[in-house]
Amino acid sequence: MTPQGQFTVLAPIAADREPALRSLLLTMTSAPGVADPRNGLVPFGAFPQLHFARFVILDDPTVGDIEVYGVPRPKLPVYLALIGDCDGAAAACLADLARQAAPGLARIFSHCADFTAGSDVLTWMRAHDLPIAASYVNWVGRTVRQIQQESALQQVLSARVDRTLLELPGDAQQRWREMVGFVRTEVEARRLTLTPPEPTPLNWLLAKWTNLGWSLCIALLASPVLLVLSPLLIWKLRSLEKSDPEICPRPAAAVLTELQRQEDQDVTNQYTAFGSAKPGAFRRWLITVVLAVIQFTARHIFTRGYLARVQTIHFARWVFVDDKRRVLFTSNYDGGHQAYMDDFINKVAWGLNVAFSSGVGWPHTDYLLRRGARRESFFKYFQRRHQLPTQVWYKAYPGLTLSDMQRNARIRRGLEQHDLSDAQALAWLKLL
Amino acid sequence: MTAHTDIATPGATASGPGKPGSGAPAVGSARVDLDDIQGLLRFGFKHHTEAVTLLFRVKDAGAARRWLGQVQVTSSVTLDPVPPTAVQVALTRAGMAALGVTADAVAGFSEEFLEGMAGDANRIRRLGDVGASAPEMWDWGSGDREPHVAVLLYAMPGHLADLQRSTEADCAAGFDLTYRLTTTNMHGREPFGFADGVSQPEVDWDRLLPPEDTRQLSYRNLSCLGEFVLGYPNEYGLYTPRPLLPATRDRKVSLPRAEDSPDSADLGRNGSYLVIRQLRQDVRGFWQALDARAGGVDVEREWLASQLIGRTREGAPIAVDLPIGTTAPAPEVNDFTFDADPAGHRCPIGAHIRRTNPRNADLPPGNENVVSELIRTLGLSAKSRARDLAASTRFHRLLRRGREYGTQVTPEQALQLKAPVDSGLHFMVLNANIQRQFEFVQSAWLMSTHFNGLHAESDPLLGNRHTDPGGRRCDYFSMPKSDGPTRRLEKLPQFVTVAGGAYFFLPGIRALRWLAEG
Repeated sequence: MTPQGQFTVLAPIAADREPALRSLLLTMTSAPGVADPRNGLVPFGAFPQLHFARFVILDDPTVGDIEVYGVPRPKLPVYLALIGDCDGAAAACLADLARQAAPGLARIFSHCADFTAGSDVLTWMRAHDLPIAASYVNWVGRTVRQIQQESALQQVLSARVDRTLLELPGDAQQRWREMVGFVRTEVEARRLTLTPPEPTPLNWLLAKWTNLGWSLCIALLASPVLLVLSPLLIWKLRSLEKSDPEICPRPAAAVLTELQRQEDQDVTNQYTAFGSAKPGAFRRWLITVVLAVIQFTARHIFTRGYLARVQTIHFARWVFVDDKRRVLFTSNYDGGHQAYMDDFINKVAWGLNVAFSSGVGWPHTDYLLRRGARRESFFKYFQRRHQLPTQVWYKAYPGLTLSDMQRNARIRRGLEQHDLSDAQALAWLKLL
Repeated sequence: MTAHTDIATPGATASGPGKPGSGAPAVGSARVDLDDIQGLLRFGFKHHTEAVTLLFRVKDAGAARRWLGQVQVTSSVTLDPVPPTAVQVALTRAGMAALGVTADAVAGFSEEFLEGMAGDANRIRRLGDVGASAPEMWDWGSGDREPHVAVLLYAMPGHLADLQRSTEADCAAGFDLTYRLTTTNMHGREPFGFADGVSQPEVDWDRLLPPEDTRQLSYRNLSCLGEFVLGYPNEYGLYTPRPLLPATRDRKVSLPRAEDSPDSADLGRNGSYLVIRQLRQDVRGFWQALDARAGGVDVEREWLASQLIGRTREGAPIAVDLPIGTTAPAPEVNDFTFDADPAGHRCPIGAHIRRTNPRNADLPPGNENVVSELIRTLGLSAKSRARDLAASTRFHRLLRRGREYGTQVTPEQALQLKAPVDSGLHFMVLNANIQRQFEFVQSAWLMSTHFNGLHAESDPLLGNRHTDPGGRRCDYFSMPKSDGPTRRLEKLPQFVTVAGGAYFFLPGIRALRWLAEG
């Protein structure tokens, strides 16, 4: 099993270079915001381990919101981010990118403040690859190669399966066996390829189990302290919730149009949001703990196709920027933006509140879990106002959703069984 | 804009903790202004079997405003006897601009309304209005064919001609008549031959539902008034954003005051958004395509048709067993869920009525205890996740007011036709939030090629059959079987094309007068 890696290369854009950078990034797209996989600068399609990638300019128009707390408007840079989700270690993917696309990357990064003519692209990218506070992968271990091979398999089998009703007991098994034989012939004739999974890297497994152990130890040690402190913490949270202002004006029409222009060109969409954390030590600690808990659950519980009730997120991440003063959130999700947000409100509003209510201006929450995102229009305005257009977005498998991939993986698993009962064979046939 | 001025205008209302506009409905406000709400919201005008919708563009704003200021609009008050005719009026954003309504009043309407149905490339993609249904192909609704005002006329038999003649004459000074959406009384059937208008939400006109945000664990057909009429609490217990004006903009106090912000004049209250789409139905193509796939066998063809729709032609849902002979409009045909048919063995997952209304609750079905609810809330049960791809239908309901048009033919006649006949549906729905209701149902449920775990198929009736972005075919329709592989129809042709459409605001009657004053 090949685990997935994520990288977030972030660097301030040099003064006055932003317009030129925007023009350059525009040359990489074939439709608004959609990367041409063969573009001349970074041909994403040439990297077989890359699931998703994006170049995005992080120019946060809400940076002044924090003045509402009496804090002066901070002078924070405008960043360029290269964000990607890949098979295997992120470092290896960055090395691959540098090896194959150094001139293009250098041209792009030359718009950043500290990239000079002599900079080595890989060293520079590694130096700017930020740690990820919390990362979510829909299905840990599912590779781009597997997704593409299994999709081809499904297309072939779906066109071939005998769809007439079963008549005798054993018919389903018979048909399954025929398909197994057919696939074997196709594989031998090299019309289909089904590469077996790689062995799981030992160091990754070790790190995962060590993390589990440490996390449980820390939770065990911390819980009595938290329990004793809980009245105080709840009182503090409640008083902040009652005084924190809500900043949810309706975004300008032009802002929405620019975001929508990039959306729904594929069955999957991208989301990039940026905002400031509420000031004060309590919020700083809260957001740190919350993201650590999300990271823990994403690493040890939500690794098999769902993040609580949401089954439509491919990859997501939270990254601290500017010494935890700001948080960057990005995701890739199936379906349209409006449906994504409605799904969120109706299925996991509590989760959104936990994850984002320490952001300046979030709709009023009660006890961290209630209201907040359930304040529908306030939440919808808030999230659109914090969303940034993504200049270049790449997806390795256009047209495929997570539910496609899950079904295709089940089709393949069924082929690799030695024996299926009649009922199991029927369930397998129904996948086609 | 600085942060401070942002804070002064959160949402469409002034707001802060505990202040008006924070979303909590005012106590003791369970009033419904029936005399100010246009009748179409409360009645389907079923007795008024004759109908036409006149689409106008403003020619002379002054004359147009005079007409709008005095036209007798039928309200939601129940009258006995039922008057022989009814008139309803709705406006587009372009219409408001042409009438000279000030920008600050218009700006408070929803984004979808302001952009218009055909006004944004992303919206066109999401609604599936591409290819033969693309706005540039429409008979009306796009570009300079976007109407300004829709005047909906309803009449009991024999009364329409006079009403239409006098209305058109009265409007001639202020408006150019650009299009007439004529209708045909098909006696409760839509052009394909199915019982029409069977499923409707029941609207809480008495405001019996508490205005609060509570999780609903079972499907309920009763909807909060605010889902359809602006100015009242919706299913979240909140007021949908709408144009609220400072009271100084309404010195004559002709507008209602907002329940959630008593100092504001509520231009939206008692109004609704009216979505009109002209759906051209290829009746010949529909029945001949099914006949070919049924090998010319009558029973098989009928069965296939009922699989596509999810109902028999008489309106009985195929997902449940009803006593033989139960047909629309018996209440039983709208009183069921798909809970007992999760795999779609009886009613395919992609059947039209299952896409338009999956009839589910806020959590997938399960045991009624805290532990089970927690497990389902955290998504930890695979069985419940499988049934959780489409959820919370109560936020996506539509009040349907469509009317048929064109030539009615029976399926048997359709099989014999050599050339297509012109017929279809003037699809009309009312909703308070176009994005969360009409557009959500149209894009996430009907046009989506991946609705509820399906693959490579959109709505069997309305789908545009375009390939997905990966170039794969999406013109299938799958029918899961308990005793065999999924049966699949392939290469379904497009049965319905969009021939026109627009988003209108159906104002409260006082708001209509206010808009007419300019």
